[in-house]
Amino acid sequence: MRTAHPRPLRLSRRASRLRALVALAGHGVLLLITSSSALAVLFIFFYIARDAVPFFQLRGLREFFTSTHWYPSRDPAEFGALAIFVGSGLVTLGAALVAVPLGVLGAVCLSDVLPFSFRQIVKPVIEVLAAIPSVAYGFFALVVFAPLLQSRGGTVLMIGWWCLAGPLAALALFVLSDLLTARVAPGRGSSWARVVVAVLLTPGALLLLVWVGQHLAQVQVPSGANALNVSIILGIMALPTITSVSEDALQAVGRELREGAYALGATRAEVLVRVVIPAAASGICAAVILGLMRAIGETMVVWMASGNAAQIPQPWYNLLQPVRTLTATIAGDMGEADHVTGSARYHVLFAMALALLTIAFICNLVSERVIRRSVRRHG
Amino acid sequence: MMRNMCSAMALVTVCGFCMAAPAPAQDSGGNKNELVVDGSTTVGPIAKALAEYYLAANKDVKISVSESGSGNGAKSLINSTCDAATMSRFMKDEEFKAAVDKRVLPIAHVIALDCIAVVVHPSNPVKNLTLDQVRDIYTGKITNWKQVGGPDLKIVKISRDTNSGTYESFDHFVMNQEKMAADVEYVGSNGAIRQRIQSTNAAIGYLGLGFVDRTVKELTIGNVVPTRETCLSGQYPISRPLYMFTNGYPELGSHLHAYVTLYLTPKGQEIIEALGFVPLTSYPPAAGPAKE
Repeated sequence: MRTAHPRPLRLSRRASRLRALVALAGHGVLLLITSSSALAVLFIFFYIARDAVPFFQLRGLREFFTSTHWYPSRDPAEFGALAIFVGSGLVTLGAALVAVPLGVLGAVCLSDVLPFSFRQIVKPVIEVLAAIPSVAYGFFALVVFAPLLQSRGGTVLMIGWWCLAGPLAALALFVLSDLLTARVAPGRGSSWARVVVAVLLTPGALLLLVWVGQHLAQVQVPSGANALNVSIILGIMALPTITSVSEDALQAVGRELREGAYALGATRAEVLVRVVIPAAASGICAAVILGLMRAIGETMVVWMASGNAAQIPQPWYNLLQPVRTLTATIAGDMGEADHVTGSARYHVLFAMALALLTIAFICNLVSERVIRRSVRRHG
Repeated sequence: MMRNMCSAMALVTVCGFCMAAPAPAQDSGGNKNELVVDGSTTVGPIAKALAEYYLAANKDVKISVSESGSGNGAKSLINSTCDAATMSRFMKDEEFKAAVDKRVLPIAHVIALDCIAVVVHPSNPVKNLTLDQVRDIYTGKITNWKQVGGPDLKIVKISRDTNSGTYESFDHFVMNQEKMAADVEYVGSNGAIRQRIQSTNAAIGYLGLGFVDRTVKELTIGNVVPTRETCLSGQYPISRPLYMFTNGYPELGSHLHAYVTLYLTPKGQEIIEALGFVPLTSYPPAAGPAKE
């Protein structure tokens, strides 16, 4: 397919030299613009590292990573950040528990289950969640959610349990009965057996749900500013990223794959579970990483509503106790910690920032690699 | 409380208009018309109310007051980015040294006294704690309200962040070199402490007396009620002076001088008292009895 070139290919030597110069200049400007953001990241890395290194020179690595005694303002000061690392991790894990099931299921619904017109309305609404400023989330967490957790903590937990575990239990029930009947009576006519097994299993599942729900309903929450509060709010904040990016990944799987599966006689559920989701798995993974990075880096909400107690909860998964995170510590201690008043106290915050930056960097690399792998496989 | 503060502010503004110009309004050549005040969140309301009053009388002056913590106030003064630093503690030796190194000479003006009240949820039956009991609660030796005559509830300990002057004063007066327990919750402002306590049955916290209102219950410490009188007489154990620091003593007749000495005027005392702090000087008898 060759088309006639609109202009003569040969130019005078002078004109072509001019063109080459202009092109070079253009390239240079574009390169500068593109690299400026990369340079900014490098500069940030460099300056944070420059202020973080003196801390390790002053205090060594051991205390920072292994001690839980965080008393930066005392004399002598103690800078054990282990509890703070655990706090950041715990809050992120909690956010993942909230956001990943909701976000991925929401994305599947939007892309493959709900009608297209519905998706056109709902997706922008979900994305608006990302536009709410984090201080507004923090205010909500502190003024509305914390008192609610305190006065009706058990009920909130029970409702949360039903919302999360209910659908999962139903799903597990179907899969389990499917597997059991396939093992016992393979072949035709297994559909009625499947129904019978499902009906038989239902009371057990319900009993389990109710039993756990009742136990949760009796939980007393002593303090509303705790890891659970922040986890839920951070989960909501990570939700739009996860939903929207996974939805894009599911859309990218393409019509051919879906129609091919339907043509082989698969039901919609089988197409979703066996074909579409595995094909989009790496995209969904990347979405989850991106969403959780927002949760790790979030500052205002955790500073306002996590309680900021530098302790490892007992036992470690107890989300009902207050925790302190890296970001909140940096934000909260920055004011007093000038190099004027005590150098280790100032540099320790940069050490934390360096740790955060490294975590974010690793997450980013991983998600990049995951996306690239998926592109190579399907692209 | 917010409404009280607003009405107090409104009152101050109105009074300012009525009384016209009680403060010196001369405008000599080197007189700065823009004052920047930075520092403690505790002193902030006083600085703002005084500024509002002063501005109403002197239309050509601009005063901007920000609240970023005592440490930041000191930092701003050292870096000459503010004219007056409000602080709820005295300058530390290191800060003083840093200031002198930068050719800034901090001069302290004690503008008011502040009681730190220990507060609990209104439903808590406990009325009195000793200073030692408060310390034991914060160090984690006492963990349940029933150990001090209250209900069987785990104590939720709430503190200001280590960045704040209120924390440092509390640490100084109450903790007596002992560490706070690891499960103490830290909160970024007086308002946030009050918010957390009024919504938490088992909470204990501490607040500047000016921030105590009906939504929380203040405890007596060793049977001394935190009031203006007990604070001035020194009976109440947790009280502290509040400062404004300037670079050198401000030039007489300058706006800065008028502003940082406003606390000495009857009007200044009234403003300070209306915000719930304790003025240093008592009213002149003509101004009427102290309201309590």
